[in-house]
Amino acid sequence: MANKFVEWIDARIPMTKTWNIHLAQYPAPKNFNFWYLFGVLAMLVLVNQILTGVWLTMNYVPSAEGAFASVEYIMRDVEYGWLLRYMHSTGASAFFIVVYLHMFRGMLYGSYQKPRELLWLFGMFIFLVLMAEAFMGYLLPWGQMSYWGAQVIISLFGAIPVIGDDLTLWIRGDYVISGATLNRFFALHVIALPLVLVILVFLHIIALHEVGSNNPDGVPIKKPKGSVPDEEKPKFKFHERFTKKYDIVDAIPFYPYYIVKDLVGIGIFLFLFCYVIFFMPEMGGFFLEPPNFEPANPLKTPEHIAPVWYFTPFYAILRAVPDKLFGVILMFASIVLLALLPWLDRGRVRSIRYRSVLHKLNLAVFSVSFLVLGYLGTQPATPTATVFAQIFTFLYFAFFVLLFFYSKREKTKPVPERVTS
Amino acid sequence: MKKLLIALATLIPSLVFAAGPTVPLDEAKVDLHDKASLQRGAQLFMNYCLGCHSLEYARYNRMFEDLGIPEEVGQKNLQFTGDKAGDLITNNMSPEKAGAWFGNPPPDLTNVARVRGPDWIYTYLRSFYRDDSRPFGVNNSVFPNVGMPHVLQELQGLPEKTYEERRIDGEMQKVYVGLKTDGKGRLTESEYDQAMLDLTSFLVYMGEPMKLEQRRMGWFVFGFLLVFTILAWLLKKEFWKDLK
Repeated sequence: MANKFVEWIDARIPMTKTWNIHLAQYPAPKNFNFWYLFGVLAMLVLVNQILTGVWLTMNYVPSAEGAFASVEYIMRDVEYGWLLRYMHSTGASAFFIVVYLHMFRGMLYGSYQKPRELLWLFGMFIFLVLMAEAFMGYLLPWGQMSYWGAQVIISLFGAIPVIGDDLTLWIRGDYVISGATLNRFFALHVIALPLVLVILVFLHIIALHEVGSNNPDGVPIKKPKGSVPDEEKPKFKFHERFTKKYDIVDAIPFYPYYIVKDLVGIGIFLFLFCYVIFFMPEMGGFFLEPPNFEPANPLKTPEHIAPVWYFTPFYAILRAVPDKLFGVILMFASIVLLALLPWLDRGRVRSIRYRSVLHKLNLAVFSVSFLVLGYLGTQPATPTATVFAQIFTFLYFAFFVLLFFYSKREKTKPVPERVTS
Repeated sequence: MKKLLIALATLIPSLVFAAGPTVPLDEAKVDLHDKASLQRGAQLFMNYCLGCHSLEYARYNRMFEDLGIPEEVGQKNLQFTGDKAGDLITNNMSPEKAGAWFGNPPPDLTNVARVRGPDWIYTYLRSFYRDDSRPFGVNNSVFPNVGMPHVLQELQGLPEKTYEERRIDGEMQKVYVGLKTDGKGRLTESEYDQAMLDLTSFLVYMGEPMKLEQRRMGWFVFGFLLVFTILAWLLKKEFWKDLK
């Protein structure tokens, strides 16, 4: 009976085939480590955001008059509304944590290198859309930080010569941030951007499954057809789509092996996630900023405007530059350079395991710079803090410049033929 | 170098803020399980604060239920505005007039504990002192030049800033040692501190009325996750045996 049903479906849409190509007969390198968890976690958080978002929308009122009160209504009067709201607000921060770690994994193991350039670019677009999504979502509670944070960020576009002022006016739909801005941000946040996000995630995965996953050794698991003796091939059946042109080695099917492994990782992640939701939803003011519990007041500027933590590295770069326009350019450049990594890194060795000491050092300095900038972005810009921000902005950019020059003739270690286990 | 730093600091795109005057805050030992304290806090709030400050996002009946007050008792003794138990805790002060009277309309206090933190509220309520230069004759060392009168003066009395003569570097100097009340209030100093802790606790409850339920649920979720993770781990071990 069940078989017949599956046959009936398969005759009409490729259900079993899709399942096999992408899960049950998809060859995944057998040596994935801890760092390979964050893609799955990002998907989990995306689902969490969409589901809780839908339910929040049922009671949220997108208007300057009603927004703040409706959020409090959700927190106080809607059954488990507080849970939905905290899952959504914690999910926003969790999204950035897992995405930053996911991107860092790509940098550690050279996952952006040929032939995965497009995969990396789709990822960077996801990151951009995610930033827009988070930024617009943050306006919706209509608290003081929502309002003034948006005010600061939108005013950045005013630094663009000639069209700047008209552009900010066009974005806001008003001369100041107002109900008009709130309504359009709401529309973009709940419909347009999530749609784009889901499509990009789909493309990201399609691109991944076309070229195959990288692994901590950066060694391909696809070998020329006929070059691998039968006894060295894995005992599993992989879809002919993968085995037609290549011999696959050192791989296991994604389902069930990585599914069950990821379940353990998901369990551990949920411990941390739920700890925040149930015991410290503000996360010490980093996930939910205290001034945001005060309704937006266009006549009262808060003492210290700081964006939410996930924007602070870029915000610190912006503030490090005395000239506003140059600061804005540098801030966008800091993201564009990440997207250009596949072309800036001219090396042939992917994994950090087999790259030079110089590269390890360079990546370490880059990571530290990113973290320090993130911290500085949360602090008031005192003269000392600004000097530090300038030093670490310099180091952040130095990573890309240095990489471009040394990667071509880098002294790397010998790369093994096959992945190590 | 110094000049460069100053130049840079002034050129940075806005957002440079001086830190406000900081007074060391006293710790408010809030216990949300102490219903008697929360009830006393609610009583203080409804009698002394609600005239000017609303709790406009909260409802009376929810508060009665959470604080363990029977609805009839609560409505009779604590509900001075609105007539339905499900009404929001509002007052009749017009923001325009209040702005004229106090400089700024008194803010709604539903979320004040989340904005300021319990320690701030607890210290603020105990930091009014006599200052004849101010319109209401009082000032506050936590919130300098606040537009609010010392509403609780009949409980605390009117504190004054007190100084002591101390010899510093061989010279006698006046040193600020703290606030001392004139003792004309109905409460002793420790009674007043307790009353303000009650009021602070009530406002902390107001900020997050779901807090206790939330924590309780958190432990159940942890229990579930523990079982889930162990089962997932066993499942993983079982499947990965094939790969050895």
